[in-house]
Amino acid sequence: MADLKIHNLKKGFDGNEIIKGIDLDIRDREFVVFVGPSGCGKSTLLRLIAGLEEVSSGRIELDGRDITDVSPAKRDLAMVFQTYALYPHMTVRKNMSFALDLAGADKQEVARKIEAAARTLELEPLLERKPRQLSGGQRQRVAIGRAIVRNPKVFLFDEPLSNLDAALRVQMRLELSRLHQELQATMIYVTHDQVEAMTLADKVVVLNGGRIEQVGSPMKLYHQPANLFVAGFLGTPKMGFLKGRASRVEASGCEVELDAGCRLFLPVSGATLKTGDPVTLGIRPEHLNRGSEGNCQLTVKADVSERLGSDTYCHVVTGNGEQLTMRIRGDFTPRYGESLSLTLEAAHCHLFDSNGVAVGQSLQLAA
Amino acid sequence: MLTLKQSRRLNTLVVGLFAWAVALLLFFPIFWMLLTSLKTEIDAFATPPQFIFTPTLENYLQIQDRSGYFKYAWNSVTISFGATALGMLIAIPAAYSMAFYETKRTKGTLLWMLSTKMLPPVGVLVPIYLLAKQFGLLDSRAVLIIIYTLINLPILVWMIYTYFKDIPRDILEAARMDGATLLQEMLRVLLPISKGGLASTMLLSLILCWNEAFWSLNLTSSNAAPLTALIASYSSPEGLFWAKLSAVSTLACAPILIFGWISQKQLVRGLSFGAVK
Repeated sequence: MADLKIHNLKKGFDGNEIIKGIDLDIRDREFVVFVGPSGCGKSTLLRLIAGLEEVSSGRIELDGRDITDVSPAKRDLAMVFQTYALYPHMTVRKNMSFALDLAGADKQEVARKIEAAARTLELEPLLERKPRQLSGGQRQRVAIGRAIVRNPKVFLFDEPLSNLDAALRVQMRLELSRLHQELQATMIYVTHDQVEAMTLADKVVVLNGGRIEQVGSPMKLYHQPANLFVAGFLGTPKMGFLKGRASRVEASGCEVELDAGCRLFLPVSGATLKTGDPVTLGIRPEHLNRGSEGNCQLTVKADVSERLGSDTYCHVVTGNGEQLTMRIRGDFTPRYGESLSLTLEAAHCHLFDSNGVAVGQSLQLAA
Repeated sequence: MLTLKQSRRLNTLVVGLFAWAVALLLFFPIFWMLLTSLKTEIDAFATPPQFIFTPTLENYLQIQDRSGYFKYAWNSVTISFGATALGMLIAIPAAYSMAFYETKRTKGTLLWMLSTKMLPPVGVLVPIYLLAKQFGLLDSRAVLIIIYTLINLPILVWMIYTYFKDIPRDILEAARMDGATLLQEMLRVLLPISKGGLASTMLLSLILCWNEAFWSLNLTSSNAAPLTALIASYSSPEGLFWAKLSAVSTLACAPILIFGWISQKQLVRGLSFGAVK
């Protein structure tokens, strides 16, 4: 069991508030990812949970026990650092046994745990080596092994993959996912990489400026972003945004007149908008279609295109200068400056009010 | 015209010759001291200087007979090691707190500490002499250990601080997460990682203590006098005995030179490599 509860947690450095009041529930065996731009407080939040930073106010509970002022060692948490933080003067085996040795664990028990962890992480041939004799990926595995042998209630990962090259990162991502399945442990993972967040998490916590913007499953966040920040932060390429105003508001939805030059009826429920309110319409690259059939047509100019083989990301500019990205088939590349016709799929559009908050819930296909 | 290869060779040759010239120039006084120590007093005075002579160990034997070299050597050893050990004991925790718990005033404190090295020692001679007298510490090894510890402390703290600065905080935090107490964190993680740097710091401290003359001459007379005081005793009161002065100087330099030679590798490694690479 490992339920972590955070109540109104605040943290300031020299009068600057970095964490501005966070409430969060993390349930047993969940893989939770903190994601956000740099400086959003995600690492600080993790370090507060770890006990490496002192809390300014608020409370952290682990399985009902208040651990706010408990020393890091006594919290029953293990942390994997971005720089691996292996002890350079110890062998891999010593690195992994250090915590258990300090705790005075039985020697045979320690050896058994290390063998088991080494087997899981394929570190068996490396046990007698020093960290400097290992590659980046191997070091990362040792760092994870060091956490595993302690059998902690919660694993904390602080951007563990950001020092690895792209190929290794993908591989380690899969291994971490597998590890989570095998260990059935609660894991908290900090990253600035939204792909890691989307692929690893059961629950994503999007942070911005020391506050939580939204919490939810990756798919929920992708399909039902609560605000403009989350909508723009998750998804590659980014969601495109078009400005406009509500031209007709009904119980069944809202008609939007876009500055780019078309009208579109969005079936949003519970809209709190009034006619004439400024709105922002968001649309993901995969929901922009080329062609002239549909209820909202835009004429745009092709900017540069990025060809990935399977798909092409085509950046386009609307008549009033707004930028959109379109994901189209890989075998099509528009010429730079070419005029294109696009249609928007109303069912996939997101609507945000002037404060950037999502309006109602549009009819979503997935969740 | 020289080809590129030839001009490179010429360069190497010129640089090599220059390096040898400088090295010989620096080594010559030591060589001359060693040579003079093996001459009789008459040979040592001869003009022009003699390069060919019958070597003798007479001077060395006389020094032991007349002054008891080993008593002075033992004083030098205990004072140097004592002051170094005490200095490290104070400098390591000080550097730890400055390197890992840096505040706005840390840099200023470090600079202030170093600035004390700029004062002329003679400026505080009278108060320190009087204090030593008051506490009954004149001509004791304890007073030199205390003084040497204090005068070298700024350098020790600075050196250890720079080594500690190279150590990623993460490693210490990992130890803390692993359940290490402050003492365990220091003894089992921090000190082993920085042992190269600590060794060269200790070596430097030993050398500085070994070579210090001002305070040893002023605060000791016979009981606690180290080798530097022995050298001085041969330079003036008994007239100019060049050969004996050279012999006693050789004997005073030799231990620290040999010690430095043995730990050269450690010293170079400590001074040139980051602690964790």
